[in-house]
Amino acid sequence: MSTSTNSDGEQPRLAVTDLSKRFQMHVVDGREVVGLDSVEFDVAAGEFLAVVGESGSGKSSLLKCLHRTYEPTDGTIEYDTGDSVVDLATCNERTILSLRGTDVGYVSQFLREIPRVPAVDVVARPLRESGSSPEQARETARGLLERLQLPRELFDAYPATFSGGERQRVNFARGIAPRPRLLLLDEPTSALDPETREHALKLLRDYLGDDTAVVGVFHNHDVVERVADRVLTIDDARVVDVRPTGGEST
Amino acid sequence: MTFLDADGLTKVYGEGCSACLATTGPEYDRNRCPECDSVVACADVSFEVRDGEVLGIVGESGSGKSSVAEILALDADATAGTATIRGHGDVLDADYQRRREIRDEHLGMVHQHVHDGLNLSFTGGGNVAEKLLSAGWRHYGDIRSRVRGLFEETEVPVDRMDDSAETYSGGMQRRVQIAKAIANDPGLVVLDEPTTGLDVSVQARVLDTFRRLQREQDVATVVVSHDLSVVRLLADRVLVMRQGRIVEAGLTDRVMEDPHHEYTQTLINSII
Ligand SMILES: Nc1ncnc2c1ncn2[C@@H]1O[C@H](COP(=O)(O)OP(=O)(O)OP(=O)(O)O)[C@@H](O)[C@H]1O
Ligand SMILES: [Mg+2]
Ligand SMILES: [Zn+2]
Repeated sequence: MSTSTNSDGEQPRLAVTDLSKRFQMHVVDGREVVGLDSVEFDVAAGEFLAVVGESGSGKSSLLKCLHRTYEPTDGTIEYDTGDSVVDLATCNERTILSLRGTDVGYVSQFLREIPRVPAVDVVARPLRESGSSPEQARETARGLLERLQLPRELFDAYPATFSGGERQRVNFARGIAPRPRLLLLDEPTSALDPETREHALKLLRDYLGDDTAVVGVFHNHDVVERVADRVLTIDDARVVDVRPTGGEST
Repeated sequence: MTFLDADGLTKVYGEGCSACLATTGPEYDRNRCPECDSVVACADVSFEVRDGEVLGIVGESGSGKSSVAEILALDADATAGTATIRGHGDVLDADYQRRREIRDEHLGMVHQHVHDGLNLSFTGGGNVAEKLLSAGWRHYGDIRSRVRGLFEETEVPVDRMDDSAETYSGGMQRRVQIAKAIANDPGLVVLDEPTTGLDVSVQARVLDTFRRLQREQDVATVVVSHDLSVVRLLADRVLVMRQGRIVEAGLTDRVMEDPHHEYTQTLINSII
């Protein structure tokens, strides 16, 4: 078992220890499916950890456990709130609800929204919930969508009618908008063309600053090398490798 | 802060006997007592709702969702259990006069059946005005402008205010119910199947309107629906009911994506 402090003796932003997730499939004869098996890693404030692995290896399960969309079966997920350390694996649901959005941001693979909310308001919502005025929130939201090259005429349209890449940009903007202290990204740029992806990755660095700890699932090798500080490889529900990336991005 | 603390809500239709609770429920796959033939509509239902929080209740038809909603809205008596509302104690235990006051001033309900929620032979505006009158509003001009404001907020065309509610579309009627439910700035709103019977596009607008108002006013909400997508969009936490009992409870996304109980897994698989 690892301790929850890193080599400098500092509390990392996130320390995951012995994290396992097993699903009991009652519908399929009570079969047990292993999603994650004894996963361990930590992420420091300002660090970007990329998660890679084959399809079905457990990458999304990992992010969902960190977000408590999946309830971990075993293990601890120590998150440093600044005031105290909370175990996201076992803390009560009210604590999770209050951390979500502003403290812990999650950009899922798919955008799930009420159909009739304009894109700019989808992005502005977490800002409003964390106390910004409606106008200020929309202002920031517009700025983010602009940086992501979303056509202006779509700002007030409903994402339900958008293309995959357009929706993904809305989803991305919403996730980063409140500058969460821990950001979980699940293939946030998979539907973007290379140029738009550049803008998205640049925005990530510029906008978030150097405090946010990021755990991001990516498929693209170049992207991983450029944005991440370290890479965690998952295979068949287990961590098989953690290594630093080649160098700093430009 | 906790606004509503419901503990052990139970509703038995019929005479009831000592075997009712022990012989019904999900493990027996029935809600009718084999001894006395009473129906246990809900039993031992406990939960808390905080200010600004939305609690969803899902389950198949007959699982007891509406029974819980009616108890909370003080539209039906409970056989057992308490519902403590901040500042008012156990409202199920209050006398008739007190219950009326609480219902008029602190609760709002959107009914599954429009006939339970609106008097369709009244005007739409009249339906909302009635709720204001019951909470002590008296000045005609104030009432009129408050109703107008509520119509604007819930996006019911203001120029239809004086038309009889039976001439409204289903979506408009639902909105008038929402206007009525929030008219007195209640601490708790209960919605029973808020979108059932509406076109998909109208459903989205009703949900969106409600969610905006709910967040602006920070009101504790219980939303009952057999439609998982409605609950997914509105609720922070969810209870899954079957044969009158809670079989699973948790964060909405957790219950939908990582259902633990066999019944919840079946329910979710049958939708997706
Ligand atoms: N007035 C009544 N008299 C007798 N039984 C009743 C009465 N009202 C409800 N029930 C029974 O109580 C059980 C729960 O009913 P309830 O209306 O709460 O279900 P529900 O979950 O709201 O269902 P639906 O999704 O169909 O609205 C059902 O078996 C129902 O037949
Ligand atoms: Mg019902
Ligand atoms: Zn009985």
